[in-house]
Amino acid sequence: MGQVSSAAPVEITRPDAEEETFAVPEPDVPWITLVHNDPVNLMSYVTYVFQTYFGYSKDKATKLMMDVHHKGRAVVSSGSREEMERDVQAMHGYGLWATLQQDRK
Amino acid sequence: MPGHFEPIPGGGAAVALDEVEISIIRSLAVQLLELIGPGEEPAGEDGDLFAELFAEGPSEPPADPVLKRLLPDAYGGPGSEPSSLEKADELRAYSAEFRRFTENDLRARKRDDALAVIRSLDALTVAGEGGAVLELSAEESRSWLGALNDLRLAIGARLDVADEEDADLLYRLPDSDPRKPMVMAYLWLGGLQETLVETLMP
Repeated sequence: MGQVSSAAPVEITRPDAEEETFAVPEPDVPWITLVHNDPVNLMSYVTYVFQTYFGYSKDKATKLMMDVHHKGRAVVSSGSREEMERDVQAMHGYGLWATLQQDRK
Repeated sequence: MPGHFEPIPGGGAAVALDEVEISIIRSLAVQLLELIGPGEEPAGEDGDLFAELFAEGPSEPPADPVLKRLLPDAYGGPGSEPSSLEKADELRAYSAEFRRFTENDLRARKRDDALAVIRSLDALTVAGEGGAVLELSAEESRSWLGALNDLRLAIGARLDVADEEDADLLYRLPDSDPRKPMVMAYLWLGGLQETLVETLMP
């Protein structure tokens, strides 16, 4: 992080054209909803949310919950950006820590 | 403290609560309401009825760590750290826009859940020392589940529970630790939530 401030002036002088490329999302790349691990949320509650909101089977919901628990995060849904924003909003409603991003691999 | 919910035949859940337990949950729910705040005021008597519909929420994340956990950013979580300053700015702008259009609804939902808890506790008739049995419909159970989760998130953030190790440490706090009463409440609410989830499992 020490380099960030010294690099800033260089970044700002970049031509506008190059900056604009960042603002244009790649249309063909799907978006995903990630749920992040959280030591407070109960494992049973997280499973309940995946079953209730997404309609996933108990097995699938439990597997996703275990992925969140052990790997730190899991992809719980994918689709258009609009759909993923809806899912993230719903997860926040349940108190789960969720974000969305484009699925760049 | 027994502190566990049991399913009621035909849907819903019940739990026996004594006077102290009722007052603890009520007081925590009131604190949660105060923390979340009144949100957008409805339009005045002669105001534009549509004003509230189009009212935008805030774009900046809350400074308070508890509110920040209850109302998180939608873009840029751990594992997807921005690769450049432009990228970081872009994620911040996306999060800000998302927040403007969703945060008021999110706050309203959390307020409604906390209010439902307070209402159902206020409707209880406490018979002396014995306390009372709280019976919830399936609908009320879902509000309670949300509120119990928000309360635990709030207390967890206040206690600085950031990872599993922090959570484990809570179980081993000495009685002299000033955080002990809050930790006891946190663990007790966890038991309530755990047994309530079980009654709601599809």
